[in-house]
Amino acid sequence: MDTTRAASPATDSQARITVRNLTMAYGSFVIMRDLNFTIRHGDVFVIMGGSGCGKSTLLRHFIGLNEPASGEILYGTESFTAAEPARRQQMLRRFGVLYQSGALWSSMTLAENIGLPLGEYTDLTPAQIREIASLKLALVGLKGFEDFFPSQISGGMQKRAGLARAMALDPDILFFDEPSAGLDPISSQLLDDLILQLRESLGSTIVVVTHELASIFAIATNSVFLDVETRTMTALGPPKDLLRTGNDTVRRFLRRGASDGEKGAP
Amino acid sequence: MASPTLSFDRVPEGTLVARLGGPWHLQRDMPSVASVAREIESGRLGRLAFDTATLTAWDSSLLTFLIDVGEFCVQHHVTVDRNGLPKGVQRLLALAEAVPERQGARQGSIAPPWLARVGDAVLRTRDPLREMFAFIGSITLALGRLARGRARFRVPDLLLLVQQAGAQALGIVTLISFLVGLILAFVGAVQLEQFGAAIYVANLVGIAMVREMAAMMTAIVMAGRTGASYAAQLGTMKVTQEVDALTTMGISSLDFLVLPRMIALCLMMPLLCLYSDVVGILGGAAVGMGMLRLPMRVYYDQTISAVHLSDLVGGIFKASVYGVLIAIAGCLRGMQCGNSSSAVGDAATRAVVTGIVFIISACGIFAVMFYVLGI
Repeated sequence: MDTTRAASPATDSQARITVRNLTMAYGSFVIMRDLNFTIRHGDVFVIMGGSGCGKSTLLRHFIGLNEPASGEILYGTESFTAAEPARRQQMLRRFGVLYQSGALWSSMTLAENIGLPLGEYTDLTPAQIREIASLKLALVGLKGFEDFFPSQISGGMQKRAGLARAMALDPDILFFDEPSAGLDPISSQLLDDLILQLRESLGSTIVVVTHELASIFAIATNSVFLDVETRTMTALGPPKDLLRTGNDTVRRFLRRGASDGEKGAP
Repeated sequence: MASPTLSFDRVPEGTLVARLGGPWHLQRDMPSVASVAREIESGRLGRLAFDTATLTAWDSSLLTFLIDVGEFCVQHHVTVDRNGLPKGVQRLLALAEAVPERQGARQGSIAPPWLARVGDAVLRTRDPLREMFAFIGSITLALGRLARGRARFRVPDLLLLVQQAGAQALGIVTLISFLVGLILAFVGAVQLEQFGAAIYVANLVGIAMVREMAAMMTAIVMAGRTGASYAAQLGTMKVTQEVDALTTMGISSLDFLVLPRMIALCLMMPLLCLYSDVVGILGGAAVGMGMLRLPMRVYYDQTISAVHLSDLVGGIFKASVYGVLIAIAGCLRGMQCGNSSSAVGDAATRAVVTGIVFIISACGIFAVMFYVLGI
């Protein structure tokens, strides 16, 4: 696999997501400007950076929850930014999103949470939907929890259930917002393993927002570093390469955990 | 109690030595920076050193004092020699100075002139108004989808909401309606008894309850009870990103969350209003029979002859309109909710205020409308 090369215009034929001159802003307050990068098919692409740098905001731009101040986001060769609302909905259907807090609908059981998008977009019978929901729950290690409400299970389980829901429609692209936030090291490593297995078996493209170094080194095939000081991206490439070639800030960011020994990559 | 002390010594070469003594704990009457400033200025000194031999204890008070002294010295080009300070103090000062103040991080404290503030306040009312109309517009579109059978929400959700807004509200509606009927009867009885027209208490209570009070009191109870709960529910769903999850799944949060709440209130309010009519009249009857010694049969006949069907229908019609307004207020404030737990509280408060403003405004409009139409 060509995981060691940084994304470049030459590999555009494989480009799954292209970010072009993207500037993000809340009103007149610019968060990040001039973002340019490509996420290729089958990548596990990590968006990293310090707290408050706009990682999650970038993710919200990918899934249409925020509008760019300028620039555009392309899926394949089609612009998402310029798409009509109806077309956008169609494109969104191919995405799965795992939110930071899981964001399971609290009035529904886990099976109903997973079944809702299925009922919305397929003509499966309720029995079939239930079966698929059970399968997805089994995949994330929550077999038998179909009739639990989100409030009845632990935070780590909510995350995994959220992942099961994100996978409900067998998406091409999975977005993860801080998957390991609030999880203990073991749960968060299990989640990382799960992410890798999913990519292997489903061939999905995966975009992860995180600042967890262990995760970054364990799963990323490519990454972008958002620098909070200069308000733009300062590095692009696989994290292991950035450890050598990145600028000071990036290297410090990536080394810090490793030298502490407690968060270091295995 | 021992207090912090500060004294000064001048040594040659233009150095001022500040002697810090005693326990420096946060309290009133701390030695002030001004005394240091006076000493330095009076002697035109170029260097400041510290002696802490008699310092027994210290906390943040010493640090803030030293930071202020340091700032003064920087401004007046006085060198500060910190070697005389305890090691811990030196380390903490270094830590506090390690990261330079971020430009623009400090909130501006310059108050604009009052005319500008008034202007800003007026301009700020524009966006919420626009948002409100946009929200009402999108609800109308959602209702259109509902009419064409294309709006999606879960029927179990609707049934649960109906139960919450209906059966579970009976207790409080009973209490309020009975008391309102009772109070109306009391007020009326005192006046009407003066010229022996006590029987007309039945007319007063019947007409007032059926035409106005039942719908309005129910609406206000429901605005405080159910409207606030809608705002809090939707607000929390925004905070936990559940609304985002719906949006990215291509499910309209208006269809899925707002419509069932609106339908539930719109269905339940007329029923609650009808119930409130009956309970209110019973409250009046309690006064009529207990205080005015009217036989039940007489009170009943008098009420029947006073209240017309059009009164009843008008009241129930109002109630369903109030129901829609409460749902709009609750859902609007919920969907506008910010990203914190205090924002959820604000949303609930604003939902009740907006709901009651809506109800009272509508009540006024209805009063004029019904008068013009002669109902």
